[in-house]
Amino acid sequence: MSKTAIELVDVNKWFGSFHVLKNINLTVDTGEKVVICGPSGSGKSTVVRCINRLEEHQKGTIRLDGRELTNDPKSIASIQGEIGMVFQQFNLFPHLSVLENLILGPMKARGQSRADAVEKARHYLARVRIPDQADKMPGQLSGGQQQRVAIARSLCMEPKVMLFDEPTSALDPEMISEVLDVMVELALDGMTMVVVTHEMGFARKVADKIVFMDEGEIVEHAAPDMFFSQPKSERCRTFLGQILQH
Amino acid sequence: MKSIGLLCLLLLGLGGCSSGTWGWYVIDPTTKSGWVNIKFLISGMGDTILISIIAAAISIVLGLIVALPGQSSKRGWRIVNRVYVEFIRSIPLLPMLFWVFYGLPIIFKSMGLNIPIDPFWGAIITLAVSDSAFTAEIYRSGIQSIAKGQKEAAQTIGLNYAQTMRYVILPQAIRRILPPLANQFIYIVKMSAFASVIGMQELTRRANELVVTEYRPLEIYSLLIVEYLILVLVISAGVRWLERRMGSDERL
Ligand SMILES: Nc1ncnc2c1ncn2[C@@H]1O[C@H](COP(=O)(O)OP(=O)(O)O)[C@@H](O)[C@H]1O
Ligand SMILES: [Mg+2]
Repeated sequence: MSKTAIELVDVNKWFGSFHVLKNINLTVDTGEKVVICGPSGSGKSTVVRCINRLEEHQKGTIRLDGRELTNDPKSIASIQGEIGMVFQQFNLFPHLSVLENLILGPMKARGQSRADAVEKARHYLARVRIPDQADKMPGQLSGGQQQRVAIARSLCMEPKVMLFDEPTSALDPEMISEVLDVMVELALDGMTMVVVTHEMGFARKVADKIVFMDEGEIVEHAAPDMFFSQPKSERCRTFLGQILQH
Repeated sequence: MKSIGLLCLLLLGLGGCSSGTWGWYVIDPTTKSGWVNIKFLISGMGDTILISIIAAAISIVLGLIVALPGQSSKRGWRIVNRVYVEFIRSIPLLPMLFWVFYGLPIIFKSMGLNIPIDPFWGAIITLAVSDSAFTAEIYRSGIQSIAKGQKEAAQTIGLNYAQTMRYVILPQAIRRILPPLANQFIYIVKMSAFASVIGMQELTRRANELVVTEYRPLEIYSLLIVEYLILVLVISAGVRWLERRMGSDERL
C-alpha cells in the first residue's frame, strides 16, 4: 500500500580516492521516518546530501518518487525544491528578516504572489511556535528559534520529504527539546523524514527504522525496539554504549 | 599621515620662494598671469574626475561579468575567468593605452567599421579594462567569503544559480566588496594621468603644456601633485565613511 518516496540502490561515492559511501541501499516509504546514526565521519551527511543532490554520487541509483536523479540542472532544481533540508548550522540568510527568509523560495522559485507567500509563512511560523518573530533578523533570535525558522523555511516550499542533518547538534542543551518537539509534531502529521541525529529519545519516539552507519557502510538497519534491545554488530553495540551513557 | 608630511614639505618650499630657486610667481594667485595659469591647471580636474568615474563604472560591471564564471562548477568557465584576469593584469597600462588608441581603430577599420577612438574614450576603455581584472578579483574574494552553507540553503529552497547570486550571495558579499572597490577607484584616478600621453586635456596634460611654455617644472608639478593629493584624500575620506557605514550595518 505504501509508496516508495526515496530509494537508494548500491550507491557509491568517492571524494577523490576516498571511498566515502560503500554500496548504500535504503528505501524510505511515503510517511516513513528514518533515523540515521553513527560515529562522526561515517558518511551520514553525505548520504543525506546525495539525496537532494548537494553532492553527486558516482555509482548506483537514487530515485525520488520513482524518478531517477540525473545531472540535468532543471531536474536538480525541481528536486531540490521538493525536498526540504535542515542543516546543523541553520544556514538562515542573515541579511533577510525571518519573514523574507520564508517567502524567498515560494516567491522566486515557485512564482507565488507575495500575499500568498506571506500568508503561508505566517502559518508555518505559528506551527513552529514563533508567530511573533517574523520581522526580526535571524541574528536576533536564539539558536533554537533560528533552527525552527529554518524548519519553517523548508516547510514553506511544501516539500514531500524533509531531510535533517544533525539539527540539534549546534544548539545549547536547553534549546534542543524545543526543536525536537517541532520535529515530533511534523512526524505525527505524516511527513516523510530522514533525520541524522544522535538524539535516541527522538529516535525511539518517532522512527520507523534506524540505520546505523560506520565507515561509509550501512552496518545495521532495524526497527527501534530491535535496534536498541538487540543490536547485531559489535560496532553498533560500542556506539550505543557510548551515546547512551549520558 | 604620509601625505600630510608631504604637504608640510611643500609649504616649506612655499616659504622659501624668495630664495631664487623657486619661482612661485608662475602660479601666484595674486598676479593676473599666475591666476590664469592656476585656472588653466585646475580646469583639468573635471576631465580627470569624469574619466575616472566612467571607467570605474564600466569596470564594476565588467568585473562582475568576469568574476561570475570564476565561481562556476564547470572547469571551462573557470579557465575563461583565469585567462582573462591573468592576461589583463599582466599588461602595463601605458602599452595597453597605446594599443587601444592607435591599434584598435585599425582593427575596427579592417572589419569595415568606422569607429573612431578619441582620447577621452581611449583612456576610459583602457582604464576600465585594465581595472576590471582587479575588480573581478575583489568580487571573487567577496563571494568566496560567504559561507558555502548559504549557497546550499538557497539551493534547497529551489533557487537557481542566478537567483542564488541575486538574492543570497551578492547582497551579503557587497559589504566586503564595496570598500576595496572604492579603494580601487583611487587607483583609477591616479592611473588616469596616463591619458595625458594620448592628448587628453586632464590634470597632467595641462601641467605638461604649461611647463613647456613657462619652463617652471618644479612649481607646476608640485601643484599637480597637490591636486591629485586633494582628490585622493577626498575619496579616501569617502571610503572610510563607507567602511564605517558597512561595518555598523552588519546584521549577522
Ligand atoms: N567535500 C568533501 N571533500 C572531501 N572529503 C569530504 C568532504 N565532505 C566530507 N568528506 C569526508 O567524508 C567523510 C564522511 O563525511 P560526512 O558524511 O560529513 O560524515 P558524518 O556526517 O557522518 O560525520 C569524512 O571522512 C569527511 O572528512
Ligand atoms: Mg555530518
